[in-house]
Amino acid sequence: MSNSSIRDTFFEECEELLEALVEGLSAMEENAEDMDVVNAVFRAVHSIKGGAGAFALDRLVNFAHTFETVMDKVRSHELSVDESLMRLFHRSGDQLADLVEAARDEREPNAESEAAILKELDTYLGDADKSDDFAFDAVTLDFDAGPVPIDLSEPEPVMRHFDIRFQPTPALYSNGHEPLLLFDALAELGTLSVQANLDRLPEFDAFDPNDAVIDWRLSLETSEDETVLHEVFEFVDALCTLDISVREEGDEPPTSAVLPEPPAQEPETDAEPASPSLVPPPSSEPKPAAQQSAAQQSAAREEPRGPRPTLRVDLERVDRLINTVGELIINQAMISQRIEELELPAVAHLTNELEAYKLLARDIQEGVMAIRAQPVKPLFQRMSRIVREASEATGKKAKLVTVGDSTEVDKTVIERLADPLTHMVRNAVDHGLESPQKRREAGKDPTGSIRLSASHRSGSVFIEIADDGAGLNRARILEKAIEKGLVAPDAELSEQEVDNLLFLPGFSTAAEVSSLSGRGVGMDVVKNAVSALGGRVSISSVPGSGTTFTIVLPLTLAVMDGFVISIADQTMVIPIASIIETIRPNSKDLHCIGTNGQVISVRGAYVPIVDVARNLGLTRERAPIGTGVLLLVSTEGQGLTALRVGGIHDQRQVVIKSLESNYGAIPGVSAATILGDGKIALILDPDELVKLNPGAPFLPPAPSPRMELRHA
Amino acid sequence: MLDVIEAPTETQFEFITFSAGEQSFCLEITQIREIRRWTPVTKLPHTPDDVLGVMNLRGAVIPIFDLAARFGLGTTPDNERNVVIVAAAGGTTIGLLVESVSEILSVDKSAIQETPDIKSEAARQAILGVISVGENMVRVVNLDAVLDNEMGGAV
Repeated sequence: MSNSSIRDTFFEECEELLEALVEGLSAMEENAEDMDVVNAVFRAVHSIKGGAGAFALDRLVNFAHTFETVMDKVRSHELSVDESLMRLFHRSGDQLADLVEAARDEREPNAESEAAILKELDTYLGDADKSDDFAFDAVTLDFDAGPVPIDLSEPEPVMRHFDIRFQPTPALYSNGHEPLLLFDALAELGTLSVQANLDRLPEFDAFDPNDAVIDWRLSLETSEDETVLHEVFEFVDALCTLDISVREEGDEPPTSAVLPEPPAQEPETDAEPASPSLVPPPSSEPKPAAQQSAAQQSAAREEPRGPRPTLRVDLERVDRLINTVGELIINQAMISQRIEELELPAVAHLTNELEAYKLLARDIQEGVMAIRAQPVKPLFQRMSRIVREASEATGKKAKLVTVGDSTEVDKTVIERLADPLTHMVRNAVDHGLESPQKRREAGKDPTGSIRLSASHRSGSVFIEIADDGAGLNRARILEKAIEKGLVAPDAELSEQEVDNLLFLPGFSTAAEVSSLSGRGVGMDVVKNAVSALGGRVSISSVPGSGTTFTIVLPLTLAVMDGFVISIADQTMVIPIASIIETIRPNSKDLHCIGTNGQVISVRGAYVPIVDVARNLGLTRERAPIGTGVLLLVSTEGQGLTALRVGGIHDQRQVVIKSLESNYGAIPGVSAATILGDGKIALILDPDELVKLNPGAPFLPPAPSPRMELRHA
Repeated sequence: MLDVIEAPTETQFEFITFSAGEQSFCLEITQIREIRRWTPVTKLPHTPDDVLGVMNLRGAVIPIFDLAARFGLGTTPDNERNVVIVAAAGGTTIGLLVESVSEILSVDKSAIQETPDIKSEAARQAILGVISVGENMVRVVNLDAVLDNEMGGAV
C-alpha cells in the first residue's frame, strides 16, 4: 500500500468525520447537554487531528487541537454552550473542513479566517490550556493508531476473581435470551464455575413454566476487566438482577466457586428454559486464544456505535456492472422478441420462464441502480454551511431545516445538484427572507427558516427549497422584467408566468447587488442544470408566508420510459415525460400558414407542427398533411409544439447509452438506446429538436448542455 | 511522428493491412479490437458523409466511419467483402469501414519509412509513415488523427 493511497483513505475518512461533525453540531444546537453528542463531535475532531498528525499536516493538527480543547471543556462541563459559542463551533467546523480540503489539494488554506477563529477559540481557553504543547499530542496520536495491538501484546497477567449473582426475570426468557449462552461467553473469559440456586423452586403443582425461579451464583477467575463482564450482560441488563463483585487477591474463595459439578437436576426440566445441567463444565484453564479473541471482541465493542458497515468500491466497477446489467436487460428483450417470432403454441411453458427471467433481470437492475443511489444527506449538510455563511453576510438570521435527508438519489444527480442547490439556498436567504426587524414587524420569528426536503414520489425525486420569507414580489419582478426588456410593457401575465420570469437568463431582483447572489448568474443557470438532469423546477409563492422552489428529478439517469416511434425509415425513442398528449390528426384541425408552416388546432389553440424527420434531415419531402401521429410537447423555446412522427409502436423502458463518450453530441438527439432486436435507436430531445433548421444538410454539432454545465 | 508507436524494447511491429478507397493502409495490431462483418448501422442525423452511423458493439454505442470518405477518397461502395475494423485509442472505440482486410504484416521498426514530404498537411497528419511491401506501399494510419478530426468533418 503506497503512502499516497493511505493518504487518500485518510481524506476519505475525513469527509465522513466532517459529516459526523456537522451532524453532531446541529444535534448540539438542539440539545447541548447531550454528552453523547458532544463526545461524538469531540471524537470526530480528535480523529481528524490524529490522522493529520500521521501525515505531518501541522496546521490541521494545530487547529483541530485548539478546537478539540475547547470541545473538551464543554465535555467536562467547564464551559457551557451558548449561542455565540455554538456559532463559533459551526464556523470552526467549516474552517476545519476548509483546512482538510486545502491539505488534500495541497493548497494554502485561508490563513486569515483560520487565525480569527483560533483567536476566538483561544478566548475560551484558560492560560493553562494554551501552554499545552503538541509534543504531547504526538503521544496520544500514536496510541490512537493502535490500541488493539498493545492490548494483545501485553495481556494483563493479573488474575482476579469475580463473584456474579445473576437472577433473571421472566422477561429475559420471553425475550429469547438464554442464560447458558451468557455463561458460555463468561467461560471464554476465564475459569468459570456456576451454581444454581433452586431455593425458590416451587412444588410441581404450583410450577409456572413461564416464571423464572432459578438464580445463579457464578465465580469467574479472569484477567479481564470488570467492564468486559458487564458487556457480556449488556443485552440482558434490564431483564435481570445482576451483581458483580471483585474478590481481592488472596481472599478465600467461597465454597460455591469450587462446585463444578452440576447441581441436582430438577424434575420438571423440560418446562424450564434453561436448566443448570446444561451448563458445561468450566474449562480448567484460560485458553490464550479465547482470551485473545475476547480481547479483540471487547476492543471492537468499545468502538462507538458507528454507521452500518459499508464497502468502498471503485465507482468504475459499479458502472461496469450497471452497464452489464443494461446488457442483460437488452438481451432479455431480444430473447423475448425472438421467442415471440417463433410463434410457439401457447401451451409452451417458455412464456412463464420468460416472464420470470424478465422479473429477475428487472430485480437485478434495480439492485444495481441502488448501489449508485446515495442519500442526499451530505448534500443537505453542505447547505447548512451555505445558510450560515449567507445569513452572516446579509445580517439575517436563518436556520436550515432538512427533511427526508435519507432519500436516495443517483450519485451523478447529487454531484450535479450541488451547484444549483447552493445557488437556490443562497437566494432563499438573500432574497427570500426578510431582515430580522421586518420579520418582527410582521409578527414572525426573527430567525427565518429554510426548509430543504427530499422525497420520492411516483418514480421521481422531489427536492423542495422553501423559505418562510415575504414571498415573491410579483409587481417588482414584472417591473424589472419590463425594465430589462424581457417582456413587453403591456404584457398581461398570470401569476405563474410572472414567477417563471425568474428563470429567464440575466434576471436578478435584489435591489443592490450583494456579495452573495445577484451576480447575473441567476435562476436560469439553475433551470438549465436541472433540465440537463432531465428534471424541472417550479415555483410557488404565497405573499407574506414564503416561496417554495420544487425540483423534480428522474430517479435514475440510466433508464427512462419512452415511446418507440418511427421517423422516416428509422426507429427512435422519445421520452414519455416530455409528451403531454398524442394526437391522431383530423384533417379539419390542420391548417397551413405561409408556404411551410402548419398548425393544428388543439382545443381552440393553434399549435405549430414540427416534422421530426425533416428537422433531423432524414427526408426532404414533407409528409402529406394528415398522416402520422402528432406528439404534443411543451418546449422551452417555443412553448407548445406538435411533433409529427410516423407512428408510435411501443412504450417501454429503455437503457440510456451515451453517444458522447465515443462520438459526440448530435443536435436533437440526447442519447441512444439498444432495442430488442439489437439495433440502436436514437433518443430524441424535443427541446433541441424544435430548434433545428428543417432540411439543413449539416450543422456543426452544438456542444451539449451537459458539457456546458460541467464547466459552469 | 514515428515515436507515437515506438516501443523502447520491441523493434518488431505487427500491422493489419487493409484497403480503403483503392489504397493500402495498415493499423498497428494492438490498436485493433476486432474485425467484423458489415451490418447495417443506425444513421445519425446532421453528420458529415464519412460518419455512417452508430453500431451496437456488445452494448456500447460506437460510431462507424467510412475510412475512404474520411481520407477524401470517395465513399466506399457496398460490397460483400466490406468489413468494419473496431479500433480503440485513448478510451474511445470507433469502427472503420474498409473495403477488405488483407494480411498481418510483421516488420522491423527500420522498415517503416517516414511519410514522404507531401504538400497536404492533412494527409501528413493522418499517415504516420509508410511501409514498402513488394511493389506496394502501405500507409500506417494515425488513429489519433482520425479521432481528433472526428468532429471537424473529412480530413
